[in-house]
Amino acid sequence: MNDASTETRTVIVEREMSHPPEKLWRALTQPHLISEWLMNNDFSPVVGHRFNLRGEWGGVLDCEVLVVEPNKQLSYSWNHVHEDRTYNLRSVVTLTLTPTARGTHLRMEQAGFLAHQTQAFHGARHGWQAFLEKLDTLATNLD
Amino acid sequence: MTATRDEIFRTLADPTRRAIFERLCREGEKTVTALTARAGVSQPVVSKHLASLKRAGLVRDRAEGRQTHYSAEYAALAPLIDWAHEMTGFWEKKFDALEDLLNRMDQ
Repeated sequence: MNDASTETRTVIVEREMSHPPEKLWRALTQPHLISEWLMNNDFSPVVGHRFNLRGEWGGVLDCEVLVVEPNKQLSYSWNHVHEDRTYNLRSVVTLTLTPTARGTHLRMEQAGFLAHQTQAFHGARHGWQAFLEKLDTLATNLD
Repeated sequence: MTATRDEIFRTLADPTRRAIFERLCREGEKTVTALTARAGVSQPVVSKHLASLKRAGLVRDRAEGRQTHYSAEYAALAPLIDWAHEMTGFWEKKFDALEDLLNRMDQ
């Protein structure tokens, strides 16, 4: 039980996309594009820049840019501060781009979740699902 | 499954209730009286928290004489453990949305 409550978690998702790294970089770093696939934001690709990701569920994530290596790597903190530690979420998201023969390999690593932080994750998930449904509709209409 | 998980999250969100549950996990079976001695709240409050924990399937009770003994139901924590799996699903969906966006972008 004690081990489980202090365990750091890591989630890794990887995918090869048939687009060049430069194009992917724009989608990952331009606020109006980020808002189309992730969340509303006031992002700026400058190390030390603090920004918020605003979820449809009303939640606000506090973030800070940690690494900016154009077309290669982007990293930012992904925190949700709450007085009750059950809702606290402290993590770091790192997006790594590697050029391939047919495009770009994108790797997302999110590290630093604790067992007590599942509530924040869960609340966020519901908001994200609703947001994704809207995105799907948007994408369908554009086709 | 989702309703159960919601209830587990809700139940463990309360700090006093979580402390009671953690103590049962660490120290094993306990009576309400024993739990009250160190909970910092009255026995009726502890009983109320135990009832919530029991509803969420996080504790089970066993009557012995005039006392009821409570113990932690470790298996009930299983839904919490698969969150990493779900987070992976979240990012997979975000990657889908990102790919859609890339297909719509110029160049």
